[in-house]
Amino acid sequence: MNIPYRPLTLTLVGLAFSAIVLQRVEAGGDDYFPPVIDPVVKEECGSCHLAFAPSMLPARSWKRMMADLKNHFGDDASVDAATAARISAYLTTNAADTGGKRYSSKLLRGIAPNSAPLRITELPRWVDKHREVPNWEWKHKDVRSKANCVACHTGAEQGFYEDD
Amino acid sequence: MSSKLAFPLGVAAMLLSTSPFAGPREDLLAQYATAARAEAPAFSGFSSARGEAFHTRKFSGGKPDSPACTSCHGDSPRSAGRTLTGKSIDPVAVSAAPRRYTDPAKVEKWFKRNCNEVLGRACTAQEKGDWLSFMISQ
Ligand code: HEC
Ligand code: HEC
Ligand code: HEC
Repeated sequence: MNIPYRPLTLTLVGLAFSAIVLQRVEAGGDDYFPPVIDPVVKEECGSCHLAFAPSMLPARSWKRMMADLKNHFGDDASVDAATAARISAYLTTNAADTGGKRYSSKLLRGIAPNSAPLRITELPRWVDKHREVPNWEWKHKDVRSKANCVACHTGAEQGFYEDD
Repeated sequence: MSSKLAFPLGVAAMLLSTSPFAGPREDLLAQYATAARAEAPAFSGFSSARGEAFHTRKFSGGKPDSPACTSCHGDSPRSAGRTLTGKSIDPVAVSAAPRRYTDPAKVEKWFKRNCNEVLGRACTAQEKGDWLSFMISQ
């Protein structure tokens, strides 16, 4: 009969969590990236992998990605034109150099203003933050891909990437 | 003027294409049956047993990382699956996920993507109908 206690525990953990996060966000921490809240973007960009936070790439990257969803990292992620326009607007409005700027500035360090990287996992800042992750960990059967953020950052769906 | 006309026409078209008692899943199966008959005149209906065999079969025409539907949807249709990038997928059996296959555009979108991923080609209407029959029976 310990089921009734579970929600309470979760609430306490949740409270502690948001307190820490608020603190860090106010201090300009680089471990909170607001998650996607638009239901269409969540559905179309969050079924094969985590719906990556728009503030992790600059608007020009999202534009470039949205222009060729048919060849999306070897997958066909294409959607109809109206849906694509809606997703594009959301991503570019909340991007690392637009609406999501206050969360992301450091992630864009070292990227030339005219380059439009498609992978978060190839941004110099991202690579630097993960340089100590050993090879076997990337290859672990529960990880397999660098894009599988949730495997290591259990709060990624909620936007939290603090170290454990 | 033209938009006022388009609305009732659209509704009428929807009513005509949908028999009064069938749900979206039955409609979808009926559509696949029509298409299957056009593909092969000898078509004699769908089989959930064939759908099950299709679901678990390993193909070699698609991507090496995903040789079967079960590569992502898992061995049991009643349990959750997982994509190659670690995203969990709700079960595909209707008994475990009752809202499945009620949006025809979604079903077609994923058949298109996943058949290409696994078989390296589009699925036939027969294959889609068999697979869907299996999931509805589960
Ligand atoms: C059909 C499956 C599918 C859909 C739908 C999809 N993606 Fe992807 N996406 C992938 C795959 C596969 C990769 C490569 C993952 C890997 O490297 O392991 C990827 C990678 C990415 C990456 C780069 C991750 C990295 O390495 O930093 C971004 C960003 C991305 N997708 C954004 C999107 C957006 C935005 C949408 C919606 C418009 C979307 N994806 C829809 C399959 C998909
Ligand atoms: C194999 C496990 C693993 C995967 C997969 C992974 N990370 Fe990390 N990540 C880590 C570790 C460990 C750290 C802490 C490094 C440190 O602080 O020294 C980290 C740090 C970070 C940080 C910096 C947090 C801070 O407090 O400065 C961010 C942001 C981040 N990861 C984002 C991501 C994103 C986005 C993805 C997916 C595209 C991802 N990570 C995938 C292990 C992982
Ligand atoms: C590479 C991973 C992957 C493989 C392999 C895969 N699927 Fe899927 N499938 C998905 C994802 C992701 C979704 C969308 C998420 C969801 O609906 O929960 C999906 C959804 C579907 C849907 C839509 C369900 C609905 O609710 O409308 C159908 C139909 C489907 N898959 C059929 C198949 C068939 C048939 C095969 C084998 C030929 C297959 N899938 C193989 C990842 C995969």
